[in-house]
Amino acid sequence: MTETERIEAAAERIAAQGASAPVLGRDPVNQAMVNTWTEAIGDANPVYTDADFAASSVHHGLVAPPAMAQVWTMRGLHGTRAEDDPLGAMMLALDEEGFTSVVATNSSQTYHRYLRPGEHVAASNRLENVVGPKQTALGEGWFVTTRTTWTVGDEVVAEMTFRVLKFRPSAKQAAAPEGARIIDAPEYSDGVLRPVISLDTAFFWEGTQVGELRIQRWGDTLRHPPGPVDPGGDLDVKPDYIVARGTGTVYSYVVHHHPKVPGKRLPFVVALVELDEGVRVLGELIDVDPDEVAIGLPVRAVFLRIDDELTLPAWEVVR
Amino acid sequence: MSISGQAAIVGIGATEFSKDSGRSELRLASEAVRAALADAGLEPADVDGLVTFTMDANAEIAVARELGIGELRFFSRIGYGGGAAAATVQQAAMAVATGTADVVVAYRAFNERSGHRFGQVSTAAAQQVNTSGIDNSFTYPMGIATPAATVAMLARRYLHDYGASSEDFGRVAVIDRANAATNPNAWFHGKPITLDDHQASRWIAEPLRLLDCCQESDGGVALVIVRAERARELAHPPAVVRAAAQGSGPDQYVMTSYYRDDLASLPEMNVVGRELWRQADLRPSDVDVAVLYDHFTPYVLLQLEELGFCGRGEAKDFIADGMLELDGSLPLNPHGGQLGEAYIHGMNGIAEGVRQLRGTAANQVAGTDTVMITAGTGVPTSGLVLTSS
Repeated sequence: MTETERIEAAAERIAAQGASAPVLGRDPVNQAMVNTWTEAIGDANPVYTDADFAASSVHHGLVAPPAMAQVWTMRGLHGTRAEDDPLGAMMLALDEEGFTSVVATNSSQTYHRYLRPGEHVAASNRLENVVGPKQTALGEGWFVTTRTTWTVGDEVVAEMTFRVLKFRPSAKQAAAPEGARIIDAPEYSDGVLRPVISLDTAFFWEGTQVGELRIQRWGDTLRHPPGPVDPGGDLDVKPDYIVARGTGTVYSYVVHHHPKVPGKRLPFVVALVELDEGVRVLGELIDVDPDEVAIGLPVRAVFLRIDDELTLPAWEVVR
Repeated sequence: MSISGQAAIVGIGATEFSKDSGRSELRLASEAVRAALADAGLEPADVDGLVTFTMDANAEIAVARELGIGELRFFSRIGYGGGAAAATVQQAAMAVATGTADVVVAYRAFNERSGHRFGQVSTAAAQQVNTSGIDNSFTYPMGIATPAATVAMLARRYLHDYGASSEDFGRVAVIDRANAATNPNAWFHGKPITLDDHQASRWIAEPLRLLDCCQESDGGVALVIVRAERARELAHPPAVVRAAAQGSGPDQYVMTSYYRDDLASLPEMNVVGRELWRQADLRPSDVDVAVLYDHFTPYVLLQLEELGFCGRGEAKDFIADGMLELDGSLPLNPHGGQLGEAYIHGMNGIAEGVRQLRGTAANQVAGTDTVMITAGTGVPTSGLVLTSS
């Protein structure tokens, strides 16, 4: 089975197990937690905290904020997931395929009635769906949606759909400069021609891995492609580099039709870009209709992450 | 001291030009060298020097063994692909002029269609562990990975800077193919094309179409070089090496000199041109036939400019009135060039120059006394002026 088939099979199996057994919250609905929560949130409605006011309200007594639904069944800092929890099972299945990072994307809650102090809420989860693989700004990943049902006894009091993105992390993602776009591009790993890297050019390739387009600098002089000797001829000078803003314009370009090039899908555009800093850098111009390309077109740098060793600089059109 | 007039090409030899030779590259090299020696009226035992390209797969000692050449006193190789072609003659001329050797054969032989095809992506070129591999690390992984693509980048800028068009490139292909059509040794013998054919041919690497790109060929060519005085004792009228030069430009790369201020130029060929005119003491109007390296049509236009036949950006107008046709004032590639005859890395063009001076070419240009020949463009390159006296 392929990776995608294995993940889809796991999703089908876990969804078929249906809802997990309801798990009671650590504590019943209580005033201490309501006081703390409303203070933290900044909700001054006295119906949650003032017994006299609440008694005269439509509720005829204190109620808990509906948005605290999830609070009552949180496991606490050292709690563990129930063994039959479908979200836990699906996370594990995706971890095993290398989609080890997670980010919550959105949730929506439905409240059927207010809860009152002393009521003991239980939660049950089931897996709604798993969609992917999707290319995202964070990397390739799967969207996992679960549905939580909160009950008091047999009565459903609130429900929630909750969606997370489980993704394959980019190695150096955290260090990427603000706005640098690193695209997981595993399709390029199929035979892509890998660069020969020397002591003089290693900094460039280390830069692309973290979303930096690094241009060698000798004093005030920028130089690309880089080399080992000061253009001014001073052997005592050592270079450093700048991180280019990544913006520039197309100086010339090629639309490649034949023959096949390892790791590329025909036809593709390669642009020689003049950076705002004044040096030219070559890279594929992605996500573009070849007819749209012209000399002078504004572009910005993006980074195609092939694998842990190689990230290629590339361009996208500034729209 | 100058190399001008010191040496001459006295023998030319070639195999047939095909797409599938059916024999080894060493066999092709051996046949071409034998044919060139026979043409000169010399024996393998007379040879004491061999020159070829670094890209050639046939070592000088292997060719010497196969032909029974025996001792060698001079052997040399020139780098940078097709840029080596005229420089093999230059090295041979220097060797015989200095007495380093007496009879030097320059050769190039390959199965470039049935074996390793240059038009395909060369993983070996991308991943050679040397400065060329490092240079290529900034092009191959990004997708500039074939010769056509490297040229297309410069050609696009040329079109933009000078308002030229794909049709202007096409006129070069039409001339080459017209000449090949009447050359029995040309692969495209009997197969001329029209400008419409060119415009209808598919894109390879825009703005280059299929018919902007030379063919891939199997075959071999060899040239015999001796001192000028000795040349006059041999069978054929000598093709005197009036000038021979190599050239590399500022900020030079192999096919990807993309970082110069003026991208739409070939300054390495400008270096060659200036040196050729100086050595030969000639001007562009003195040239009877031009054999200009034509792996890709745009670079023929650029060469006309760099060699001083016309001004920068003016080639499209310069050639528009039939200037380069056989009856024009600067006939181009009468053998059909590499688009029409065969792609033997420029060496077949040198052989054509010799035939034009001898008066034995298939498409003979009457009264040819002076031929200019260039080697591969976009790379460190070389050139020759051959004269009949």
